[in-house]
Amino acid sequence: MSANPPSDLDLYPVAEKAPERVQTPTGKPLSALTLEAVLAGEIGAEDIAITPEALKLQAKIARAAGRETLAANFERAADLVGVPQELILDTYELLRPGRAENAEQLLDRAALLRRDYGATRVATLIEEAAAVYARRGLFVKRF
Amino acid sequence: MTDAPETDVPPTSAPQSSNRWRRFAEWDARPLRHDLFAAENPEAGFSVFHSPYDPAPSLSIEGGRVTVMDGKAAADFDILDAFIAAHHIDPAMAEVAMAMDPGEIARKLVDINVPRPELEALARGLTPARLAEVVGRLSALEIAFAYSKMRQRQTPGNQAHVTNAKDDPLQLAADAAVAVALGFDEIETTMRVASNSWANALACTVGAAVGRGGVLFQCSIEEAEELQIGLAGLSSYAETVSVYGTERAFIDGDDTPWSKALLTAAYASRGIKARCTSGAAAELLMGFHEQRSLLYLEARCLCLQRAMGVQGTQNGGIDGAPLTASMAGGVRELMAENLIAVWLGLECASGNDCRTSESEIRVGAKITPYLLAGSDLICSGFGSIKKYDNSFNPSLFNGEEIEDYLLLQRDFQTDGGLTPVEEDQVLGLRVRAVEALAAVMEELGLGSVPRARMMSVVFASGSEETVSYTPGEVTPISAAIKARGLTAIDVVRALGKRGFTEEAENLLLMLRQRISGDYLQTSALVRDGRVMSAINDPNDYRGPGTGYRMPEKRWQQVQGIRNVLTRERVLAAENVVAGAGGAEVDWLVAAGPAAKGANPHEVVIGVSPGFARQLHQTTAGHALADVVAALVGGITAGGGTARLVRMLHTADTSFLGLAAARLSGSGFGIGIQAKGTTVLHQADRMPHMNLELFSNAPLTGLDHYRALGRNAARHTFGETPEPVMVATHGEALGARFHVRVALLYAIETGLIEPTVHPIELAYRPERRALEAAQ
Repeated sequence: MSANPPSDLDLYPVAEKAPERVQTPTGKPLSALTLEAVLAGEIGAEDIAITPEALKLQAKIARAAGRETLAANFERAADLVGVPQELILDTYELLRPGRAENAEQLLDRAALLRRDYGATRVATLIEEAAAVYARRGLFVKRF
Repeated sequence: MTDAPETDVPPTSAPQSSNRWRRFAEWDARPLRHDLFAAENPEAGFSVFHSPYDPAPSLSIEGGRVTVMDGKAAADFDILDAFIAAHHIDPAMAEVAMAMDPGEIARKLVDINVPRPELEALARGLTPARLAEVVGRLSALEIAFAYSKMRQRQTPGNQAHVTNAKDDPLQLAADAAVAVALGFDEIETTMRVASNSWANALACTVGAAVGRGGVLFQCSIEEAEELQIGLAGLSSYAETVSVYGTERAFIDGDDTPWSKALLTAAYASRGIKARCTSGAAAELLMGFHEQRSLLYLEARCLCLQRAMGVQGTQNGGIDGAPLTASMAGGVRELMAENLIAVWLGLECASGNDCRTSESEIRVGAKITPYLLAGSDLICSGFGSIKKYDNSFNPSLFNGEEIEDYLLLQRDFQTDGGLTPVEEDQVLGLRVRAVEALAAVMEELGLGSVPRARMMSVVFASGSEETVSYTPGEVTPISAAIKARGLTAIDVVRALGKRGFTEEAENLLLMLRQRISGDYLQTSALVRDGRVMSAINDPNDYRGPGTGYRMPEKRWQQVQGIRNVLTRERVLAAENVVAGAGGAEVDWLVAAGPAAKGANPHEVVIGVSPGFARQLHQTTAGHALADVVAALVGGITAGGGTARLVRMLHTADTSFLGLAAARLSGSGFGIGIQAKGTTVLHQADRMPHMNLELFSNAPLTGLDHYRALGRNAARHTFGETPEPVMVATHGEALGARFHVRVALLYAIETGLIEPTVHPIELAYRPERRALEAAQ
């Protein structure tokens, strides 16, 4: 019997303390990632990626450690797992100064991410940017 | 100098043409004088801890929203203020923290009874101006102490730069393997030619899997490319997410806090560890400093990074470190900004990655507080390669100086994250690394590597010595890796197929870590296949006996530098005959108790107990038979008569000389120890008031001994000859010789027999010639 109530910190490192809580995007357990399996062609690049569930678990751990902003970042990351690389890079580009011509462009992108990918937290971040960019005049094209 | 003119003109070739103390000319010639030093000038952006243009700390919150921060109303917030106010400031904590006396907070930082989490909570309620104000109250020593208490992970670590001037993948692989063996927890590479990034990443990935394996690796390049390389598994962390302390610098850097926050989340979404980069004077270099102090701008950068939710920062000047160090108090400022970083709960890769001075003394002093305090990554890039091979520019410490760094760890008994390596071990790793990379390249159809290229790299210290790939040859290889979408899984498979099983397992281990995301947490690194971070290895420093203490095994590793002298090694090298029963040599034979002489021109040479018995050469390397021949020859040439006596009651130079003088018919005697230290003494003098002394035996030559013998003889004629001078040029003789001296002298003192009368010695130089001929 532990004297302290169980904490999410007890799950860390997950690979050692709670390996059953994470798996590859293709549903394989950590223990399936062996050299034999790689040589047999059973493991591909698609297996070597983090899942939204693992990121949310790490967010809980970060929050239990008193690191609220880090947890929020992991949650935004969980939002982005399913977003294609090109769309992430394009959104990053759009957030750079002078790329979007007006707030609408950013708000449209936020809406798209929320609607198609459920990326609520990322969408909120982009909406916040739209408001500040408008106030600070960042929609001016840079040459 | 025998050819010096007999005048009082100073012996220098330079004519005295200026009204100047010549020491200044010597100072002008020192490396230090390449450094530039800047005057304080807040209008031009040159202020370190405080500028008159810095805002006074302030904070107003209404309805849970920040309305005024550091003197600025919300409607006037620039992009940094807006992000910090929205995401950094914890309104509940702010009420408490901003009401506290800054002096009291400063004292808490150095109080061992105030735990780290309490201070981190306070920081979440402090504005950038207040954070800067508080750390500004600490001295350099207090900053270092507070840093040791506030840094995040308990066990210190270090990061290496692995690059070369040719983007040669073979050398990258070999050097990455060496960096891993040296104990670096992270490896960072970059390229001379941007399009070589994929080849660089592949080469370092393979090299870092050799040997101990399991280090985090990154390839520093443009963001989109870096993310792609990370996605392919060919890098595991990123630290190019730069932020700046003014709005215009930020925009000039082509980003905003929101674009960087998205990028930070994007890295995590791909299982890649990320840290931001910021450092003093970046805004000054970019021309947008707003006349604010370096520390205030950096406090803004760091609050922003916590606000973005990045786990850590590369911080402490970085590219701006030399400019910061040019200002008065600049190095203290670099430490202060690092302190703010860890106080905010960020992992800190604490700079020390840029050569801030041409003075080796300034370089060594710069690193010392970090070695004492420890840091998550002491250098955010220690140049593991030679200076000219560093594609980031020379680091504070470089390949040339690794052993100096290892010694600093050993001197202070502190863990700088590095481990000494042995020659055979390193050569084996380099061979293995280039062979592994060649196998991977062949297996993946990236070309066949000539054996001569591999061998040229294995033995080379730097790229100037290699006959291997040129940057232009690497570009198509890099393009092929990218175009064919090769990933780390392909590399694992290639290594496994070609029998590099250990390396394949090491690389796979790192890829497996990506699934759990454990190394995304604050201050995470991977050692022996396990993740260590601020979560499972938190810094719990609370005073003596707590915090990081090197485990005994680690301390043994740190001590394992090259060429440590043991007693056995010294005695073997010095030709020492072990034991008290060292045989007498034929040329110097005991001949009964010594009596006082009567010859008025006699000079007695009193030798020490082990002289020509256990010990046979001076620390300068002269055979004692030659030394005796020189002394005797000098005495004879001066018109005197030499007599030799062995003292057993003492080994001390002064008393050897005094006892010899008292036995001498002239009252003049010479005392000499086996290591070569020699005194010319007179019978009626106080023991330490000798006539002449050769205290620096390692510099004393046979001519000196001959001249001393002659002087001794001339004293017997009532003359006062010019004393013999053994010139020194400031050599650190203690450092060079005292380990040997102490061990050798102990042999002499071990032979002392306090009550035994001095023994007459028969000197037979002709027997020595026979001895030498055998």
